[in-house]
Amino acid sequence: MEHYHMNLTLKVWRQKNSQTPGNFETYNVNDVSSEMSFLEMFDVLNERLISEGKEPVTFDHDCREGICGACSMVIDGRAHGPWGGTTTCQLHMRAFKNGDTIVVEPFRANAFPVIKDLMVDRSAFDRIIQAGGFISVNTGNAVDGNAIPIDKDDADKAFAAAACIGCGACVAACKNSSAMLFVSAKVSHLALLPQGKPEEKQRALQMITQMDKEGFGGCTNTYACEAECPKEISVMNIARLNRQFLKASIEEE
Amino acid sequence: MLDAKIPAGPLENKWEDYKAHVRLVNPANKRKLEVIIVGTGLAGASAAASLGELGYKVKAFCFQDSPRRAHSIAAQGGINAAKNYQNDGDSVFRLFYDTLKGGDYRAREGNVYRLAEVSANIIDQCVAQGVPFAREYGGLLSNRSFGGTQVQRTFYAAGQTGQQLLIGAYQALERQVALGMVEMYSRHEMLEIVMVEGKARGIIARNLVTGELERHFGHAVLLCTGGYGNVFYLSTNAMGSNVTAAWKAHKKGAYFGNPCFTQIHPTCIPVSGDHQSKLTLMSESLRNDGRIWVPKKQNDNRPPAQIPEEERDYYLERRYPAFGNLVPRDVASRAAKERCDAGYGVGTSKQAVYLDYAAAIQRYGKAEVNKRNLSNASAEDITNLGKDVVKEKYGNLFDMYGKITGENPYEVPMRIYPAVHYTMGGLWVDYELMTSVKGLYALGEANFSDHGANRLGASALMQGLADGYFVIPYTLGNYLADEISTKPIPTTDPAFVQAEKEVEDRINRLMNVKGKQTVESFHKRLGKIMWDKCGMARNAEGLRQAIQEIRALKKEFWSDVKIPGSIKEMNTELDKAGRVADFIELGELMCLDALERNESCGGHFREESQTPDGEALRHDDRYMYVAAWELLGDSDWKLHMEPLNYEVVKPSQRSYK
Repeated sequence: MEHYHMNLTLKVWRQKNSQTPGNFETYNVNDVSSEMSFLEMFDVLNERLISEGKEPVTFDHDCREGICGACSMVIDGRAHGPWGGTTTCQLHMRAFKNGDTIVVEPFRANAFPVIKDLMVDRSAFDRIIQAGGFISVNTGNAVDGNAIPIDKDDADKAFAAAACIGCGACVAACKNSSAMLFVSAKVSHLALLPQGKPEEKQRALQMITQMDKEGFGGCTNTYACEAECPKEISVMNIARLNRQFLKASIEEE
Repeated sequence: MLDAKIPAGPLENKWEDYKAHVRLVNPANKRKLEVIIVGTGLAGASAAASLGELGYKVKAFCFQDSPRRAHSIAAQGGINAAKNYQNDGDSVFRLFYDTLKGGDYRAREGNVYRLAEVSANIIDQCVAQGVPFAREYGGLLSNRSFGGTQVQRTFYAAGQTGQQLLIGAYQALERQVALGMVEMYSRHEMLEIVMVEGKARGIIARNLVTGELERHFGHAVLLCTGGYGNVFYLSTNAMGSNVTAAWKAHKKGAYFGNPCFTQIHPTCIPVSGDHQSKLTLMSESLRNDGRIWVPKKQNDNRPPAQIPEEERDYYLERRYPAFGNLVPRDVASRAAKERCDAGYGVGTSKQAVYLDYAAAIQRYGKAEVNKRNLSNASAEDITNLGKDVVKEKYGNLFDMYGKITGENPYEVPMRIYPAVHYTMGGLWVDYELMTSVKGLYALGEANFSDHGANRLGASALMQGLADGYFVIPYTLGNYLADEISTKPIPTTDPAFVQAEKEVEDRINRLMNVKGKQTVESFHKRLGKIMWDKCGMARNAEGLRQAIQEIRALKKEFWSDVKIPGSIKEMNTELDKAGRVADFIELGELMCLDALERNESCGGHFREESQTPDGEALRHDDRYMYVAAWELLGDSDWKLHMEPLNYEVVKPSQRSYK
């Protein structure tokens, strides 16, 4: 692969904390290698800012392999940036060219308050899981792993839904800040497996109730979530969740 | 004297006997007992969930924004279990034996046997939680092979096994949070153990959002804080992975076991430049199907496709015909280094070898043609069908490689090189997972216990979950049975006040250095010393130099580090500074341990101790022990030896030929 170097202008959202209003700051970053990851480019910027006696840009990141779900920037208006099916940490500078201006913002949603700069609070997702995103089985209660054969197709679909990394890009991409893709991925993952069936009704009801309580909006049916999901979680899961929710709501009455 | 508390009796009865006689805590008393768990990876989350289910009052802490993000999530290839679903001769004994041999006979028989025993329960538990393991068309669980074994016992979920297992444990944990049994503190970092009358009774944690220090009491404290591979700066660990919790415990009297035992993983994406912040693993599962080679000619600059078959050196298959590409990690890593050092490396840096899928794509393609009864399949059809199979098995890994390197691994062989991946060393623990400090436990990668000098692939997930789901729920009760009348100690107790003050003083000291060099630059320099002198090959002279260099670096750090911002706010540079300061101290101990162990075993390769054909040469007569280091003072350690007694297995020179 050919590599090259580039000079870039960054417009980065800076915000001291959740109580202080934020604003964009402009930084020039020169001699960026096309082989760097997007976050390594930020590392270079931060090292420079620290040396200049300024505050580095705060952002969430950890594994830098696209699996922990910590990184969370909106880059040029797109959650996780221009590459499809890719987290910010896996976005590489090959995606940009010399002279580009790149706008970087936090994931924006009422349910995701900004902590500092590009870092937001996504604990609402944990509380949605607490509402029912599990199978109630205590340690030691299990039967043999092969006791219940599972249709490979169902197992594969459950896995595809379970691949969700809980990053919140679906929320950031949605104009209603809906968490339907996140919730539906968990509901589908568990409902597709025989072990998850017994609790499927209350799971769907309780997780949706918690989602509403956290201040996420309703589904817009625009599929923006699927388009921006770094793990390419399908909106078919939302259809499944809607069916489950409807069924559970009717049966409850 | 170190007592590992291995139960007496025949190997296969030890754990059963222990469980049958261990003291219990009744449900009413469990409700009064508080347990602190630091870290929420596989070990921490599974322990928190299981202890919450039992009725203990649990407080769990993680530095990430959610317990689901702990670094276990990044484990790719799989988890071992002695299920023998493949009918290929597997058994508890064989898993035990492979693990012990893979660890080059530097682990305890009793611990490893228990690990193999509970392995099957782990799979059952995870399936019950809804972990979507890979399945065959008949609906049953699928297996694959990993290094150092000749059976198929690895369960997996594509290349995301760690993610799926952690989500299972995380969901079980969140269920206990919802039930009020576990209180979760995310974005919190443990910075001190609080000791009261010789027992661990709590922690000081820093709220990373506000910068405030908090005091938390527990009748017992469990550290499930992972490994310390980031001491090398570049590793496959997550950016935040650190040794701080374990190091604070070490400073409070917990011995550090075999600190020099580091695993260098053979298949990682090579370094591309100075900007590199971390390295990315390409799962060992890829060695099931991929073939590793270098050109037979030195400095061969032709593109791989132009190098004909007969001019390729499949050096693992050549050197180790019995295990081929699936030799254990330490062996594969050293073999790659040997080829590159001898001038056969590939890529621009020449510090890489090829991992080639062309043969596997053809093999799978032809199998598909047979399966589907396709007559007249063209060469292109076969290739495409083969690529589809490879994509299903390893798709996410191939995608990751493509994103990082910009190359398409379905078309050109991957370039790989060894990188720091896992640390077998860790806090010394006894059979009950208790450190040398009463009431302080270490689980998962944070302890030293089960992998000896080299961990086999797909065994880290097994150990983390074994410790959390099936070991600690029993062994913790044995300690807490004596604590049922211990009232919670108020956090206004002088021990808490003093511990908090020590943490506060250290943070102030860091902030007040106001030097010129960034935390990152110190971390990089430490990493370079460690990689060059305490990495894949070590020698006495280099290690002695490294110790001097690290001492000088420590001095420089404390007089010239520059940390921006203030204390009472989200300050990621301050968080990192504390971790790097601890890494520097650990680095010195690792070199000391590596220097003291003048033999080669597993991942620890002393150049002075090798066979004529360059294999690791152990000295069982002199080093058949666990090195447990006690900290006496600044750069001052005392070595305690725990002899390893082999009653069932007879240690031999490892051979994978």
